[in-house]
Amino acid sequence: MSNKKNSIWSFFASVKLVLFVLFLLAIASVIGTVIPQKSPPDVYVREFGENMARLFQILDIPDMYNSWWFVSLLIMLALNLTICTIERLPNVWRLVVQDNLATDIDRLATMRPSKEILSSISPEEAANRARASLAENGWKAKEVPRDSGILLFAQKGPWTRLGVYMVHTSILVIFAGSMIGSHFGYKGFVMIPETRSTDTIELFSNEESIKLGFEVLCKRFTLTHYANGAPKEFRSDLAILEDGKEVLTKSIVVNDPLSYKGHTFYQSSYQSYKKFLVSLTDNQTKHAELFLIEPGKEIKWPDKDVSFGIINREMTETPLRFKYKIWLKDSTGVAEPFWITDGDTTIVKRDGKDYTFALKEFFATGLQVTKDPGVWYVYIGCTLMLLGLMVAFFLSHRRIWVYIKKEDDKTSVLISGNTNKNRPAFEKNFEAVNRSLDEKLKSHS
Amino acid sequence: MTSSQLFGISTLGYLLASALYIATLIFKTKKSGIAASIVTLITFLAQTAGIGLRWYESYNMGMGHAPLSNMYESLVFFSWAIVIFYLLLEVKFNNRLIGAFAIPFAFTSMAYASFGTGITQEISPLIPALQSNWLIAHVVTCFIGYAAFAVACGLGCMYLMKSTAEDKPDAGLIGTLPDLSVIDDIIHKTIIFGFLWLSAGIITGAIWANSAWGTYWSWDPKETWSLITWFIYAATLHARFTRGWQGKRIAWLAIIGFLSVIFTYFGVNFLLSGLHSYGGS
Repeated sequence: MSNKKNSIWSFFASVKLVLFVLFLLAIASVIGTVIPQKSPPDVYVREFGENMARLFQILDIPDMYNSWWFVSLLIMLALNLTICTIERLPNVWRLVVQDNLATDIDRLATMRPSKEILSSISPEEAANRARASLAENGWKAKEVPRDSGILLFAQKGPWTRLGVYMVHTSILVIFAGSMIGSHFGYKGFVMIPETRSTDTIELFSNEESIKLGFEVLCKRFTLTHYANGAPKEFRSDLAILEDGKEVLTKSIVVNDPLSYKGHTFYQSSYQSYKKFLVSLTDNQTKHAELFLIEPGKEIKWPDKDVSFGIINREMTETPLRFKYKIWLKDSTGVAEPFWITDGDTTIVKRDGKDYTFALKEFFATGLQVTKDPGVWYVYIGCTLMLLGLMVAFFLSHRRIWVYIKKEDDKTSVLISGNTNKNRPAFEKNFEAVNRSLDEKLKSHS
Repeated sequence: MTSSQLFGISTLGYLLASALYIATLIFKTKKSGIAASIVTLITFLAQTAGIGLRWYESYNMGMGHAPLSNMYESLVFFSWAIVIFYLLLEVKFNNRLIGAFAIPFAFTSMAYASFGTGITQEISPLIPALQSNWLIAHVVTCFIGYAAFAVACGLGCMYLMKSTAEDKPDAGLIGTLPDLSVIDDIIHKTIIFGFLWLSAGIITGAIWANSAWGTYWSWDPKETWSLITWFIYAATLHARFTRGWQGKRIAWLAIIGFLSVIFTYFGVNFLLSGLHSYGGS
């Protein structure tokens, strides 16, 4: 039993398996970039034929990145990373915390680089000078009496040995974040016509609709274009309503969403209805009314002797903006038809009265709605990955020992060093200490 | 002087520099090597001025965005990043022969930007999805990574040339190339550098996607191919660190990895469809 367990364990502890899984993931990922994902079933039949389409269905190719076999590969990678880490971390941790003053003295002379200097000053004085040389170059030494001599030790960055495990952990944190997101979060969509609000969104995953627990109001949607006709900005003026009261307002554009109670609303699309919103105010009585109108129809203001309509439209000098020709009639008769540009407001003067007339095309804004409690874990994982990569690639654990011992009438000073990475850079550090020590040991005072 | 003229000069400059570096490799003449370095440096300065000028021109046209928003601008930046990376490498390792394997990439990128079919050179305004501060961070990190991988690929070719030639009695021009162990070491360091920037590029892209669409990862072809590239280099680094791979195998992996970069960069735009279609024209 334990033997069997061990063989499974060592299977997942192997780096060969990591290489193989990375290779498989790379190859498998290609499939979904070549074969369209999440298309309706008939698309596959049309493009690849009946039999291939059936095979695709069996292998979950149309949604392969969520298929059992692709997810299994990802789980395999995660297991692999976890077990490799568990397997190796204790040894590495021992190197991080180990007592280097207990290092075997015989090993010091075999280290590369290492150098022996003979001096005529006393061992105690030599130790003081060695400590000063190390301090000058930024090495803080500890010391202990050993085998009738003195051993000094200084190190930099023992923790940098953990860099590679920071990277491996970061991948697990990212996986965890994405799982939190897919279990406790959702993605949906909602189309809100201007001046309307909703408390319900449609989920992408199962076409279910869910209640938000508050309302989102679209006050206004504006679409602007560049001179060449390309879209410049999609902007929705949104408000959050709790019990019918506005608690938050924000004007959102692509790349600048609105967040409220764990939900984030992204500007995603829009819909045009070939209808117009008209706001009409009688400036004497201060009565105001909002109308949703269609062109070519006569619109009557209920209980008032006012009616109006759109006659036709023309493009303005600014491409893709229209102006509309409007007629308006009240108790004093029919007004001279006037032009108003989409989104503008104008004053219509009549005998002794005037009206404020505002018109804009009626849109609905399409919002992607996301609730993802895992996203911060993903970001923490990403940050940890970049930090870990920098530590793993560019920082190293550097160690210097100095062993001082009386040898006949001389004092032998043995300086040895060791690094786990980037030997040329360490050799420079080592040489600097060595040079300073050499000078200090020569002077007699 | 316009930015287009400066980019035209840059294309010619990198062609001349490529020729000089290759001449240095073949004829082992020191003078041509120094000339190659000088031409590269001057061209690089002209190209830098061109990028700055294009940025300035976009402000004059009332748009004001960094010149990193379409295929043309990315090719120019790719070439620029290759050159600055190479120049730093030339100084650090004090070797000009690498230029023969690096600067031709910078020239090819510029030439393709200038003469490639379907590549628009006009400065065009940013569509809403691209109006983000993440644009600069994402494009710059990705292309520094790509540039390092391009140079690693050049070094991989250099390694294979030298190791093939060493088997034959007459080493010829290959004799002047750095030692195999030196090339191997530079390839390794270059891949490490590129891998760090590629990781940063994928991460900045994910953060940007989340702020634009509410999804940090959607298995879009561009995203997926960048991850495939990441897997290839991750496997390369593990093969070296833990299984001691080096030499020819790593040289081949540097070439294969760069093919994946090229596909992520061009193949996805031209052959596959997806969210990341801005770079297409």
